[in-house]
Amino acid sequence: MRPHENHISGKSLIKVENVCKTYSLESGIKGGGTVNSQVLFDVSLSINRGEFVAIMGHSGSGKSTLMNILGCLDTPTSGHYWLDGRDIASLTDNELARVRNRNIGFVFQGFNLLKRMTALDNVATPLLYAGVSRTDSRKRALELLHQTGLGKFAAYQPTQLSGGQQQRVAISRALVNNPQLILADEPTGNLDTQTSRDIMAVFQQLNREQGITIVLVTHEDDIAACTQRLVRLQDGRVVHDGGVPA
Amino acid sequence: MSLLTIIGEALRALRLNRLRTGLTMLGMIIGVAAVVLMLAVGQGAQTTVNQAIASMGSNLLIVVPGATSSGALRSGSGGVQTLTINDAQAIANLASIKTTVPLITGTAQLNYGANNWSTVVTGVTPDYFGVRDWPMESGAVFSDANQRAAMRVAILGITTARNLFGEEDPTGKTVRIKNSPFLVVGVLAAKGQSLDGRDQDDSVFIPITTGQRQVFGTQFPGSVQFIMAQARSAEMMEEAEAEINRLLHQRHRIAEGMENDFTVRNLAALAAVATGAAKVMSLMLGAIASVSLLVGGIGIMNIMLVSVTERTREIGIRMAIGANRRAILTQFLLEALVICILGGLAGIAIGIGGAWAVSRAADMIVVITFGMVALAFAFASGVGIFFGFYPARKAAALKPVEALRYE
Repeated sequence: MRPHENHISGKSLIKVENVCKTYSLESGIKGGGTVNSQVLFDVSLSINRGEFVAIMGHSGSGKSTLMNILGCLDTPTSGHYWLDGRDIASLTDNELARVRNRNIGFVFQGFNLLKRMTALDNVATPLLYAGVSRTDSRKRALELLHQTGLGKFAAYQPTQLSGGQQQRVAISRALVNNPQLILADEPTGNLDTQTSRDIMAVFQQLNREQGITIVLVTHEDDIAACTQRLVRLQDGRVVHDGGVPA
Repeated sequence: MSLLTIIGEALRALRLNRLRTGLTMLGMIIGVAAVVLMLAVGQGAQTTVNQAIASMGSNLLIVVPGATSSGALRSGSGGVQTLTINDAQAIANLASIKTTVPLITGTAQLNYGANNWSTVVTGVTPDYFGVRDWPMESGAVFSDANQRAAMRVAILGITTARNLFGEEDPTGKTVRIKNSPFLVVGVLAAKGQSLDGRDQDDSVFIPITTGQRQVFGTQFPGSVQFIMAQARSAEMMEEAEAEINRLLHQRHRIAEGMENDFTVRNLAALAAVATGAAKVMSLMLGAIASVSLLVGGIGIMNIMLVSVTERTREIGIRMAIGANRRAILTQFLLEALVICILGGLAGIAIGIGGAWAVSRAADMIVVITFGMVALAFAFASGVGIFFGFYPARKAAALKPVEALRYE
């Protein structure tokens, strides 16, 4: 048995323990050396399977950094992070890529779709990286686009779609590999109120009907209100963890 | 991601930037075309030289009068006539020598009907044509009997024959050489250019005896201008040279310490020099062409580096959705490789076309071999991998977070 494994109950998907993150910045002045800036201070957090969690905080509170760490895009300077019982710090670059591919789906504020590629190919790409054939990938991608109501836009390129449609494509892409976890970084930040509501409805449905764990970062209270649990960060520390104020 | 899929992605990325891809490829096309063209021209030059060497005849030694060592105010070799027909016969009896041919030569005016033509007239023995490996186009070589009797018979080179007779068959007709009538007994097949670029077919051959007595006249009876000696084999060339030296030393009564009145020249050595020169030229052409290929390669690296920077965000997105470093590396490496391979193929086609055009326009021999094409192709692919690797590695080494944040 690996150390710490007894920390993890069967329900816990994400377990973060005393995570600190410090960025070293080269000083702009010649010979100025490096400037260290700590963004996260001893953050501990546990998220169970099937939870729908909002992370809130002002800009600079460290919420994006925490999301990057949760998404295996970045590693903590110190502390531990277990995803589904695996110690992320011990994984190699290739294993991290595999985790991002199989276990996590990302939804970004700026959609981050691949330009000049059809919606269908955008959704299919994670499957290609998973080693699925192009034909099978496209078949699965088309199913998902139909599910999110974008079936007839499969051949459109991102620039030909509205913001809401692009975000639905991005959600389809996040779902294509059947991930356990969806990480959404301000997914409604670029959308109008009505579209935001629609997108949140999609997330709620995914959480409710498929039991997918969703963690989203937002700074809008009404978006956070759609979730079940609120984690508030301030200056790199967790200052609130619990229910969502109505 | 399977390799085939990655190739598909690479092709798609290249199609999206057609102009840039085309311009990058152009560098490759020009480089490869230059390599193919230069190799073809170089190889052609080597072939030309080899043909000229082969046309000289094999295992030949030339004995010329006079010394090569230069004292004060000596006349050059051939300035005096110290060799005789008897020398030639004596040399022919040496163990290492197969046969010898004595020659005298001069320029003379030829007439046939209203046509006249000035050319080189050479007096030889019938063995000459065997030694030079020079077949007849029509008619036959004059006989030993003709030779002994110093008869007025002539064999025409094909250029001379055409200039005097046009389409007529000269065999059996009579030409006038320095106004004396000669019976044409044969016409030689085309031989082409000699190493020094002279048309060997612009010539007339008569028996040496006839030449000595009736056309040129000599200072001393039986003297000849030079002697061609054919060794029995290529390995015996040096031995033959030594034997001739020893024999003529004796026959010409040259005392120790005195200067030789003859020189033996080895044509094989001359041929080796010419072949070497052609090879060096061929290599130099190839080297110069390689420079353009190198420049093309640097162009590819340049464009790929720009492309990696421009697509940093795309790389970040791909990493976020599960691309590992190897997949990113392969993607960019393949883009470079595809440019090089497509450019290489186009370059080979243009190089072959260019070689054909050169051979038509400049009337040069060009040679294109499969090895050459394969070399150019391998070179192009190598350039692609070499210059594509650095940008691709740079792309693969990006950190996912930083790449995603890139604007």
